[in-house]
Amino acid sequence: MSAVIRLKAAPRPSQVDFEEQLRRRGMDLPPLAVDTLQVNITRLCNQVCRHCHVDASPTRTEMLSPEGVAKCLEILERHARIRTLDITGGAPELHPQFEAFVERAVALGKHVMVRHNLTVQLDGHPVTKASKEHLPQFFARHRVEVVSSLPYYQAYFTDAQRGSGVFAKSMQALKRLNAEGYGIEGSGLVLNLVYNPVGPYLPAAQAELEAAYKRELKNKFGLVFNSLYTITNMPINRFKLHLEKSGQHEAYMDKLLAAFNPAAAEGVMCRSLVSVGHDGRLYDCDFNQMLAMDAVDARGKALSIFDFDIDKVLGRPIRFGEHCLGCTAGAGSSCRGATA
Amino acid sequence: MSSYYESEDLKKFGGIGQHAKALADEFFKYYGNVTGTDGALTKREKALIALAVSHAQKCPYCIDAYTTQCLETGANPEQMMEAVHVAAVMQAGITLVHSVQMQNHLKKLVL
Repeated sequence: MSAVIRLKAAPRPSQVDFEEQLRRRGMDLPPLAVDTLQVNITRLCNQVCRHCHVDASPTRTEMLSPEGVAKCLEILERHARIRTLDITGGAPELHPQFEAFVERAVALGKHVMVRHNLTVQLDGHPVTKASKEHLPQFFARHRVEVVSSLPYYQAYFTDAQRGSGVFAKSMQALKRLNAEGYGIEGSGLVLNLVYNPVGPYLPAAQAELEAAYKRELKNKFGLVFNSLYTITNMPINRFKLHLEKSGQHEAYMDKLLAAFNPAAAEGVMCRSLVSVGHDGRLYDCDFNQMLAMDAVDARGKALSIFDFDIDKVLGRPIRFGEHCLGCTAGAGSSCRGATA
Repeated sequence: MSSYYESEDLKKFGGIGQHAKALADEFFKYYGNVTGTDGALTKREKALIALAVSHAQKCPYCIDAYTTQCLETGANPEQMMEAVHVAAVMQAGITLVHSVQMQNHLKKLVL
């Protein structure tokens, strides 16, 4: 039974030992599978979101090399058990080989997901100014699953987090996706939205929030989508800096620690995916990637796509840190939303 | 100079059981049952009611706690502000409806 006002502050060592939380409960979280290859192909983005764990922006230049793209495709081809390619960034559509990457992965029979920020459709490339207006048609042609961030169904929270005017542009971009059949029942074109809190608090219950999003977006904008994923803000990089500057970091860590949920821990995404960085290095997740915590084999050697060995990936010890509390708090958090 | 209503003091709420534990335990159990679960009202609806009461009772601890709780249950600023207006209009109405008492007494006093 949870009360709104916490009756007892969580014990607060200077650095939270996440693995101690697991040990105390007799939990072990080894990898279970590698069914998803999540590739962060660029940190370049047309937006500068205040919570971005990637610190993505129009000034970033990191890109996965053509050799890296080819290696990822080779890995996908060689391993039937890796069924999904999850392409993220930055705004992944800004990578020069993005479309070729999607086309070839689809041709291999893989399920392709793209973390699409919506506004890139209208903003275009922030450096070359190339138009990206064709993206809805491109996604539909290749039956890509589109996953898009929308922190709320109103402008106030969305613009606070993602920049002034982003909400209006997002509504326009969603309309263009709906026009191609995305989110429309029976089309088979999947459009999922992502909610994350606009500050140091936990997400609302996923099902209830999804119902509110569906009602409000339909009634006010005539828009539809498939599912809503709730994701907790990770206390790293840009969001951590905000927490520290505003004096809220310790309280947020206390909140995450007090809300540790063993059922959510069992379902953490690092147990079923592996994350690829722009330099080809492997990580247990996109958050570890941003903290430069390489995935390592059982002997401690850093793993890479350039000498990819799926047995080593499956046999690796997942590396945890205090930020992992973000994935295990409350109903849990992953790239597919709540886990418990 | 120290001041009342330090936000850090909210964490000490659990300490009210120090001298009357059994009663505090009863209260916190009741409190958890009411605020921490969906019932005939959702947790979001309860949070909005609690936010309104927090303002009517002018409790800074509760305003902080239920602002957060409203966000964590999916409420938005428009709903939260409307809840505060409900509290405000109730207080205004309660004040004004007492003027009936004043008028009743006025009638008694005036020839």
